Amino acid sequence: MSTATLEPRVQAPRNYLNADYGWKSWLFTLDHKRIALLYMVSITFFFMIGGFFAVLMRIHLIEPQGALVQPETYNKLFTLHGVIMIFFFLVPSIPTVLGNFLIPLMIGARDLAFPKLNLLSWYIYVIGGLFTLYSAIAGGVDTGWTFYTPYSSTYSNTQVTAVVVGVFINGFSSILTGLNFIVTIHKMRAPGLTWFRMPLFLWALYATSIIMTLGTPVLAISLFLLALEHLFHVGIFSPALGGDPLLFQHLFWFYSHPTVYIMILPAMGVVSEIIACFARKRIFGYKIVGFSSVAIAVLGFLVWGHHMFVTGQSVYAGLIFSFLSFLVAIPSAIKVFNWTSTLYKGSISYEAPMLYALGFIGLFTMGGLTGMFLASLATDVHLNGTYFIVAHFHYIMVGGAVMGYLGGIHFWWPKISGRKYPQGWAALAAAIIFIGFNLTFFPQFILGYLGMPRRYAFYPAEFQVLNVMSSAGASILGVGYLIPLIYFIWSMRYGPVAGANPWGAKGLEWQTSSPPPPENFTQIPVVTEEAYAYAAEEKTSRG
Amino acid sequence: MQGISFQPEQASSIARSVDHLYFFITAVTLFFTIVIFSTIFYFMLKYRRRSPDERPKAIEGSLPLEVLWTAIPTLIVAAIFVWGSSLYFQNSEPPPGAMEIFVTGKQFMWKAEHPEGQREINELHVPLGRPVKLTMTSEDVIHDFFVPAFRVKKDVLPGRYTSMWFEPTKLGTFHLFCAQYCGAFHAGMIGSVIVVEPDEYERWLMGGVQGETMEAAGERLFRENGCITCHLSDGTGPAPSLLGVYGNTVHLTNGQTLMADDAYIRESILSPAAKVVNGYKPVMPSFQGQLSEEQIVNLVAYIRSLGHSLDNAKGKQQEEGKK
Repeated sequence: MSTATLEPRVQAPRNYLNADYGWKSWLFTLDHKRIALLYMVSITFFFMIGGFFAVLMRIHLIEPQGALVQPETYNKLFTLHGVIMIFFFLVPSIPTVLGNFLIPLMIGARDLAFPKLNLLSWYIYVIGGLFTLYSAIAGGVDTGWTFYTPYSSTYSNTQVTAVVVGVFINGFSSILTGLNFIVTIHKMRAPGLTWFRMPLFLWALYATSIIMTLGTPVLAISLFLLALEHLFHVGIFSPALGGDPLLFQHLFWFYSHPTVYIMILPAMGVVSEIIACFARKRIFGYKIVGFSSVAIAVLGFLVWGHHMFVTGQSVYAGLIFSFLSFLVAIPSAIKVFNWTSTLYKGSISYEAPMLYALGFIGLFTMGGLTGMFLASLATDVHLNGTYFIVAHFHYIMVGGAVMGYLGGIHFWWPKISGRKYPQGWAALAAAIIFIGFNLTFFPQFILGYLGMPRRYAFYPAEFQVLNVMSSAGASILGVGYLIPLIYFIWSMRYGPVAGANPWGAKGLEWQTSSPPPPENFTQIPVVTEEAYAYAAEEKTSRG
Repeated sequence: MQGISFQPEQASSIARSVDHLYFFITAVTLFFTIVIFSTIFYFMLKYRRRSPDERPKAIEGSLPLEVLWTAIPTLIVAAIFVWGSSLYFQNSEPPPGAMEIFVTGKQFMWKAEHPEGQREINELHVPLGRPVKLTMTSEDVIHDFFVPAFRVKKDVLPGRYTSMWFEPTKLGTFHLFCAQYCGAFHAGMIGSVIVVEPDEYERWLMGGVQGETMEAAGERLFRENGCITCHLSDGTGPAPSLLGVYGNTVHLTNGQTLMADDAYIRESILSPAAKVVNGYKPVMPSFQGQLSEEQIVNLVAYIRSLGHSLDNAKGKQQEEGKK
């Protein structure tokens, strides 16, 4: 069952990368691994565009009166930053890249259940993304990524329809991917791979897929209604036409709050894999960590009203949504405690993936704890709509989801590319990102408490010092993100050959060669042990 | 550049209590951050890999520990929930006798109208130590009235009234921000709340351009727009008398009852057929598009002055008679 460690060879063995060349072999591929790489290139492209907008915003905010652009342009920058980062980077990131690549490998299958649907989702994603880029070039959009009505439906004269159509199209990509993952995990697991032997990454992706499949249609229909009203003034959201302006917020957050968990759950899954490997321990409380993913997915659908505490919704609705929001914090806390306990009596080493995973725990912990300020009604009234919110969700989405994504890429890069990357540079990048991130976003908690509202193109001078700190941090963070891009590209050609299992990790994906052959496994593996059986290694390898 | 401060001013009756909760949650956050970080660092050092073939024993997990670290966070968040909710609940209704000011949000300015008819833009004068209730609406998109020093914030919506209240406890000028993105110059939709001594407030009300009071303006509009033709005060007209309607129960044609408040009066002016008083026909024309939000609040103020109840109305008439 286990493959012998590969010796470095002059001629690489047949794998999914060298099986075929030429653009057709990529654009018409049905191989989940190649589709994963198509996604990786696309989302990296969108990440760089979204990041570029963020850098412009932070430069602009160095001066209280705004240093760089007109207020209208600033409004377009933060809108496109949000739209691109959320819909075209964070939501697809871990599922479509690492999920696509790893689900079949981790369950011992030759591909996903529906390979053609998988390729179709990528095409849908690209078309949605290009539509959005078109709108950015053709004048931009200034509604904020939240598209609140009636500003978006009646008052904004920017490219609302084009952007909404782009996001609408992209939604179908999410739905199809979620569907594909659910069916694959249900039906295609290798003999012996029971639900409770699955790696926690798969549990997390399963929970994520449920949210994608159930939540995204609601977003699609809300955006469809918004476009209808913007184009034909049908009167759903605008009170002047007899509509209800808050209806859109209910519909939008019904999807967009669970979306936060689409972003964070896969990252939690990645962290479970990394910590188990680099501490050489089974995840402490495996079942509880797995079930907590499902609990988060379910509860996440019931908390949307906490975005609307100050809209004038009823006091009792506020009480219920506040209560449920506190409840959803508990499974997240349980995960953090279990990861920490996994380190206990482990054998911990500190390669780059582990640094990202530990960074994730730290930043996610802070992001989660600061969520309590916003779940609590009396404090949310003060902090809602300020930079406190901006800081809080960046700790979750950038400190959490992006750290998780980078950790995952560093962990599985040897599997994906067959090459190693320089550990020193990787550790340096992780440190720069951690420091840059905190310098960027920690001052924003204070700014928010002091009362600085978000989405301000200029601001009272008393907020300048903290804004300058934040901007300085952003430039450090930007450098931190560029370094991995350079050494990953370098390693594809010059990196040392990795071998099948450079980390000594458990999991079926490490039993096949790196990069894996097109069919993943020459023979479908049979699973005989629990996930993360790191302790049993001694028996099998030396017995 | 100015220096950094770490706390906004506390200038309202609720600011201190909101801050206490804020500090408590900060303490909880710090506590858990420190516990988790130091545990991780301790484990990182203590259990660092010393030789490449270490194979530590597996630990399955621990049910008592899981129960413990489910129970402790549950208790803590339950406490914060109760604290935050009760504070919010206490602060949700203004104390009786609060003075009322109407606020209209509009891209990109705040307009305020005091009951005595004094109007101001991007400034709001309020007396120290008196609860102030704001009734707010928007002429276009959603705005949000945010005074950090008072720890209060509420969305200002088109097509309906929202309200909030505060009691200033400190003299001075405080930021008023729009905290809901509202378009190109959202960042410029800022103003000042100016807290002055009550007698200075009275002087300020008298000073400047002396307009008619809101009630008087409302009464004038009531005549000019022909409301008075049907809404006869003795109840003999084709429309109900408005004397003593405000603040009382109204029986509708569909059998339901409701309390006549600002929102109901506003709705009845704009969509008269929505909730018709029992015994009357839906014959009133809509004034949608014919009255500005400011004219509507004046009408509301006038109808309110017609008495929260008939007794009050009588009492008021007697009082006026004495004068």
